[in-house]
Amino acid sequence: MQLEARSISKRYGEEQWLFRNANAALQTGEVVGLLGPSGCGKSTFCRILAGYDSSTEGEVMLDGERLPSKGYRPVQLIFQHPERAVNPRWKAGAIMNEGWQPDGSMLESLEINPEWLNRWPSELSGGELQRICIARALAPHTRFILADEMTTMLDAITQARIWKTVLELAASRQMGLMVVSHDRHLIDRICTRVIDFRSLG
Amino acid sequence: MNLRKKTLGYAIVAFVLLLLPVVLSPLLGSEQLATHLTARNEAPSWSHPFGTDWLGRDMFTRSIKGLALSLGVGLTAALASGLIAGTLGLMAATLGKAADRFISWLIDLFLSVPHLVLLLLIAFVTGGGVKGVIIAVGLTHWPSLARLIRAEILQLKSSEFVLVSRHMGRSRWWIATRHLLPHLWPQFIVGTLLLFPHAILHEAAITFLGMGLSPHQPAIGIILSESMRYLSTGMWWLAFFPGLCLLILVRSFDVLATNLYALVDPNRSQE
Repeated sequence: MQLEARSISKRYGEEQWLFRNANAALQTGEVVGLLGPSGCGKSTFCRILAGYDSSTEGEVMLDGERLPSKGYRPVQLIFQHPERAVNPRWKAGAIMNEGWQPDGSMLESLEINPEWLNRWPSELSGGELQRICIARALAPHTRFILADEMTTMLDAITQARIWKTVLELAASRQMGLMVVSHDRHLIDRICTRVIDFRSLG
Repeated sequence: MNLRKKTLGYAIVAFVLLLLPVVLSPLLGSEQLATHLTARNEAPSWSHPFGTDWLGRDMFTRSIKGLALSLGVGLTAALASGLIAGTLGLMAATLGKAADRFISWLIDLFLSVPHLVLLLLIAFVTGGGVKGVIIAVGLTHWPSLARLIRAEILQLKSSEFVLVSRHMGRSRWWIATRHLLPHLWPQFIVGTLLLFPHAILHEAAITFLGMGLSPHQPAIGIILSESMRYLSTGMWWLAFFPGLCLLILVRSFDVLATNLYALVDPNRSQE
């Protein structure tokens, strides 16, 4: 499968263009890094790729077709701020099981303590919540994961463990992975290909 | 005892205080409301805890019956207001730009006219009485709650967790009932409860100004407006006790609403 951005451009209202004619393609089984300075539009680009936002011009194609607008979406985005991506009035267990039911081994490999599942989001740290969000997005139907600064709030050791789990899972399920970061070292370490966002558009 | 139990305790005490006049009112009977010219202008005593007025009517009975009436009027008016606010807020947030603009304009219009003037006008047009007061109070108290609900829905609709839910393949209905409603319910219930004191005070105010309930009804507004004539002769109990009761009633609603809100807020679930 291929996720493709066909010359997409974005601007808000009549303001200046955030980016223009950005082209990029991501294959399943690939780990691509997206590098760029803060505020250059990486996050917006990801939101458009995942179908969370619409582009002003151009189209996002999944195997030559438009992104589906119903059912479980094969392209999942993991947000930078997990505390905003969860309903504060739901307990962590309900949040994690919204799309599917991760099994015990998944929880173990993401180092999610089952006790957390009975707590409110406000009682979990950002790192703990983010792990719940990652588990939520890793349903079997997921073909592409867009990780937007996914592990920025985690310490180095947890970061390494989480990436190991996600990379293993992506390899065994043949998922495509896009790693958005401004951390050059992380991207050099885990990605098979690196895209510099400024060269896109 | 933790803070949560204390909060629950406060809410229950406030609720009981609110229930008191409703329960007491039918028990007291109307015998005490009749005039007793032998017992005029008596200061508070054991047989007449709130004293008597210039016609010898027991002020305690009148106050309790007045409070019960105010509660009934306030409840109906606040519920009507809450219903209007909920419907309009929902419509503004979901029916598209034109509806939103119209309803926002309506809210601004109602907020820009002085409350009391509008109340008096509507009460006057509908002919006063209990019905007029309920219509007037119900029709004027919805704008701020409607605005709150509209803003809340708009914010929720674009929040990341709702977008994620859609990406998890959840339907609109599912999202509305599982994600939006749990956020809206507390806002709506607390908002309606907080309308209550407003409704009661405004009911008392238009009755005081002579556009509300008819003078033979034992309403707090009537009692207060009549007592004005006798205050200068030193009959302080005519205004003091009914006024105090009204304040306690209103404050109880406030306490009930704020404590209920604290109870349903997950951020405060461990206090």
